[in-house]
Amino acid sequence: MDKLLVSPSPHIHSGASTRRIMLDVIIALVPAAVISIIYFGYNAALLIAVCIASAVFSEWASRKIMKREGTCGDLSAVVTGLILALNLPSTLPLWMAIIGAAVAIVVVKQFFGGLGQNFANPAIVGRIVLTMSFTAAMTNWVEPFSWLKGDAVTTATPLASTYAGNADYLDMFLGLTGGSMGETCALALIIGGVYLICRKVISPIIPVVYVGTTAFMLFVCGEDPIKGVLSGGLMLGAFFMATDYVTSPNTKLGKVIFAVGCGLVTAVIRVYGSLPEGASFSILLMNILTPQIDRLVISKPFGVQKEKKEAAK
Amino acid sequence: MKITNLLKPVKRPLGGVKAPHRKNTMNCETVIMPPPERVYIPVQQHIGAPCIPVVKKGDAVKVGQLIADSDKPFSAPIHASVSGTVVEISEKPIVTGQMMPFIVIESDGEMAVDETITPPEINNHDDFIAAVRKSGLVGLGGAGFPASIKLSPPKDKKIDTLIINCAECEPYITADYRECIEKSEDILDGVYKVKDLLGVDRVIICVEDNKPEAIRILSEIAAKDDRDGDAVKIMKLASKYPQGAEKVMIYSATGRKVPAGKLPSDVGCVVMNIASVAFISRYMKTGMPLVAKRITVDGSAVKNPMNVYAPIGTRLCDVVEFTGGTKCDPKKVINGGPMMGMAAYTPEFPVMKQTNAILLFNQEDAKLPTPTACIRCGKCINNCPMRLMPVSVEQALKTNDIDRLKKLNVLNCMECGCCSFGCPAARPLVQSMKLAKQKVR
Repeated sequence: MDKLLVSPSPHIHSGASTRRIMLDVIIALVPAAVISIIYFGYNAALLIAVCIASAVFSEWASRKIMKREGTCGDLSAVVTGLILALNLPSTLPLWMAIIGAAVAIVVVKQFFGGLGQNFANPAIVGRIVLTMSFTAAMTNWVEPFSWLKGDAVTTATPLASTYAGNADYLDMFLGLTGGSMGETCALALIIGGVYLICRKVISPIIPVVYVGTTAFMLFVCGEDPIKGVLSGGLMLGAFFMATDYVTSPNTKLGKVIFAVGCGLVTAVIRVYGSLPEGASFSILLMNILTPQIDRLVISKPFGVQKEKKEAAK
Repeated sequence: MKITNLLKPVKRPLGGVKAPHRKNTMNCETVIMPPPERVYIPVQQHIGAPCIPVVKKGDAVKVGQLIADSDKPFSAPIHASVSGTVVEISEKPIVTGQMMPFIVIESDGEMAVDETITPPEINNHDDFIAAVRKSGLVGLGGAGFPASIKLSPPKDKKIDTLIINCAECEPYITADYRECIEKSEDILDGVYKVKDLLGVDRVIICVEDNKPEAIRILSEIAAKDDRDGDAVKIMKLASKYPQGAEKVMIYSATGRKVPAGKLPSDVGCVVMNIASVAFISRYMKTGMPLVAKRITVDGSAVKNPMNVYAPIGTRLCDVVEFTGGTKCDPKKVINGGPMMGMAAYTPEFPVMKQTNAILLFNQEDAKLPTPTACIRCGKCINNCPMRLMPVSVEQALKTNDIDRLKKLNVLNCMECGCCSFGCPAARPLVQSMKLAKQKVR
């Protein structure tokens, strides 16, 4: 017999892979991406393509420069680029999108050690950096289908115009309002989110608790919770960014704490802040708290609780 | 016939993974292997004190003759598995790498049985325990816990439930299943013997639902038997690895949680492997000690996967040779199942009492995916039947943070392998857990 391979058990593997998970996230984002292209035209398609290309190139180049193993194959850069694109208004100049994706991958992800080591969700930081740097361009939202009319009509998002009360619930649910490309259509995002939950890629805890807390807080503060939930980046954030494995807690209780925190901060920013949008900042803040949450919350091992009770007797 | 003695699980097990079944040898009737030229018998095939050889080089031995024993209570004697001559007693490694004396017997091919073997005389409780001890029986499920110790739980612990483990949750292995099919009468007889010994009023035989035939046969013979009304019940458990782990099984069958660091007897249970109880029945009838073991031989490199009844001490390669050899160059030899078995660096290790499978993998199966960066998905936490956090353990291990490892309760890990099995980044998490346990100790 030839040389034998010796390795610790187990000797079989389930076949799960990072690539497969990332592929599932991409599949889940397809409805939102398709809707964004239908609503906002070829500009949207171009932005999505450019963001993904920039993210993947940044990933490849930074790994190359750092003389590390290439990681483009795990598709995580594609996910980051796609999520970032969906966070942008369709009118954003392409060069800004390129910068956003590069910042997300190079600064947030690779500077900290690559996949699994980033302290915050790269796409969120990309969006925030762009919002801070190019506020006017990043809030230049247009009406859906204005690309068909030929002239882009700039509009406020329902969020900024909440008090005008000009958008009805169904329009908001279907995304027939102004806003960033991927975040207007709640229906598409929910379809994607449910797919991820069914595929067991994400647990429903974070999206449900996050959206629930936000709605509850808005209600307490005297705002319209349904409008609040359907507007802005909340749905996109709750299903696709707050659930990012790397930057959210591992345990169930940790996830609940994280999601409640996200919900509270989002509501507070929306009600009292001067910013148009709170979802990205709230998630960033809770991303930063995640290591602390994970340190404090330890799952209760099987049988340990009982032992403590007995000891107390 | 309507099955009336079938129970539903009390609780769903925590965590666990859906491992592939690959029970290719389910319908392979056990083939008795003739004695090999030589058997290599290690003096410790159990948890506890090693035995000391009582034979010397040149001695003639017969099947069932005592060849090594210990005066410590926590031990199990070793018997000759073939008749012949002791040709060597020397230090050799077993599959774990542990060095110990081996008694090498050259077979004369006769398989002559030791004349002194007679059925044990059982008059009371102590006789029974002494007989079990003399039989050399250890837990045949894999751990190798001496059966005489298991059957004498501390007097202050009230035992009310006997659980018979026939989950066989490891992929490939069908040895216990074949025991059910071929020796179902022995099983029931053994169950009643042990039941009377422990004085329990209920017995639950736990079988995974991927073995419907075993469930049917056991239910039928249990229903036919009128010794004790309906004390013996069959329970159909979900086929979810590691259903057969002692603590998981007790939880599924009774809903009781064995406290961390405690034994099943602390929650009033005794768990025995199904092959162990069947052996007890046979031993009480014949007095023939544990000298052979039913083993599943399977894997992608094996030509004829089958179940073999092989003398203890037979080298793994001899068993595989007997089944018809390999169809390609094996790249991995596993002593045990694919989830918890040990990869052997040579196929010359012997079959021991705890061995229940020999798996030979070809190149493709031997190779595991290359580990990539942890994405903190938390699958390992969800999969862990003990509710531990392998991802955090791995992190704490990297920084050598012993206090944190203690807080994470690493010592509760039973190394079932669910974390590594399900890890999308294919990280060797069980390895980290094992290392962490060593560090905490």
